Amino acid sequence: MRFIDEYRDGEIARRYAEEIKRITTRTWTLMEICGGQTHSIVKSGIESLLPEEIQLVHGPGCPVCVTPLEIIDKAIAIASRPDVIFTSFGDMLRVPGSHKDLLAVKAEGGDVRMVYSPLDALTVAKNNPDKRVVFFAVGFETTAPANAMAVKEARRRNILNFSILSSHVLVPPAIAAILSSSTNRVQGLLAAGHVCTVMGYEEYFPLVEKYKVPIVVTGFEPVDILQGIYMTVKQLEEGRCEVENQYSRSVRREGNLAARALLREVFAVIDRKWRGIGEIPSSGFGLSELYADFDAGKIFGVESIEVQEPAMCIAGDVLRGIRKPHECPAFGNECNPEHPLGAPMVSSEGACAAYYHYGKIRNPISTQ
Amino acid sequence: MCLAIPGKVLTIEKDAQPVMGNVSFAGIQRRVCLEWLPDVNVGEYVLVHVGFALSKVDEKEAKETLDILRKMGEGLDELKQDGDA
Ligand code: SF4
Repeated sequence: MRFIDEYRDGEIARRYAEEIKRITTRTWTLMEICGGQTHSIVKSGIESLLPEEIQLVHGPGCPVCVTPLEIIDKAIAIASRPDVIFTSFGDMLRVPGSHKDLLAVKAEGGDVRMVYSPLDALTVAKNNPDKRVVFFAVGFETTAPANAMAVKEARRRNILNFSILSSHVLVPPAIAAILSSSTNRVQGLLAAGHVCTVMGYEEYFPLVEKYKVPIVVTGFEPVDILQGIYMTVKQLEEGRCEVENQYSRSVRREGNLAARALLREVFAVIDRKWRGIGEIPSSGFGLSELYADFDAGKIFGVESIEVQEPAMCIAGDVLRGIRKPHECPAFGNECNPEHPLGAPMVSSEGACAAYYHYGKIRNPISTQ
Repeated sequence: MCLAIPGKVLTIEKDAQPVMGNVSFAGIQRRVCLEWLPDVNVGEYVLVHVGFALSKVDEKEAKETLDILRKMGEGLDELKQDGDA
């Protein structure tokens, strides 16, 4: 496939790895923010190509993994109602709630449907006027404009049996939370390229200024990631910290202005709890006042639910890059993709599932 | 979750609200919302996520990413990018 295959070229990847080795004089810890990048790194064995001095830790950039248990339980409560058709991207269906997941609701007779696009959920609403159709709106800034468009279209086309359960999260506040933590060991960041196609990268200038950490906007294919690592290490070795853009074929400095304008219209920035991490101020989107009628959380007024996280799961440390998946006592034992205890084992972009699928446990890297 | 893939724009329905079009992903066609790329043309590549085109893929920048290698070392002889879509 054009614009993909050439960035998977093993020879070019090896050449980049050699260059990284050549310029590295000391140890550096880098974090890739995005779960898609984690998946690509583990799948393509990038860590084994890097010199020992370069340590990659995996960030919290998997929206499926960081959706709080309370919201999963809320989704399950709404989806269980006989008057509701509950629609969602496929990867949310298997995320364990306190007692079950959305697939179990479906097995018990609930009308739970997987959709490819939020506009498909809107079509379901239009075709089922006697039901209330709820879309589970999760995702980072990459996905938020699509979900915003569904809400805006619902209003424009007067499809009033449609609503969304929003659990949108934002990347820059999470970066700030990681870098300002007393346990932080991240010295350079690969920012998530697809988030930046929408948002651009102006938000990163103040972060670089404040935390003195290079941030390189990076794509998702192996050559992209190696080039992003190269650019980050080069900055560190030269004592620079700047915002740079590796993914310039798709990311413009200002992002996509039309999509950003839609976000401002439909959503409002709110405090948001991240599963495993806790509350991060101004780190999520809820519906703006103008669109409050489409808020499934308000429409269904689900009572606040008491949640239970499995005690063994160290997902919080994994998501902040403090520990690696195979350091979890449950990894591969009580917890596996067939029977996940925590969300990072459910989504293919979760670090635990990526390590499980690609056998990282056979080649553990020291985390010191 | 944030997976987005490049596809080639085949048709644009400018009058649709929102603007839609057909996009080919290695031969597989899908209807995609093009509302946020007002200056996109048929034949150009766009990056698509959950049915929405988020940005145009810039051919010149795409080539440069691969070309940086040449500047770093003695250079690969060729970095062929043939094979459309
Ligand atoms: S391996 Fe399972 S139990 Fe351990 S941190 Fe990952 S998701 Fe949680």
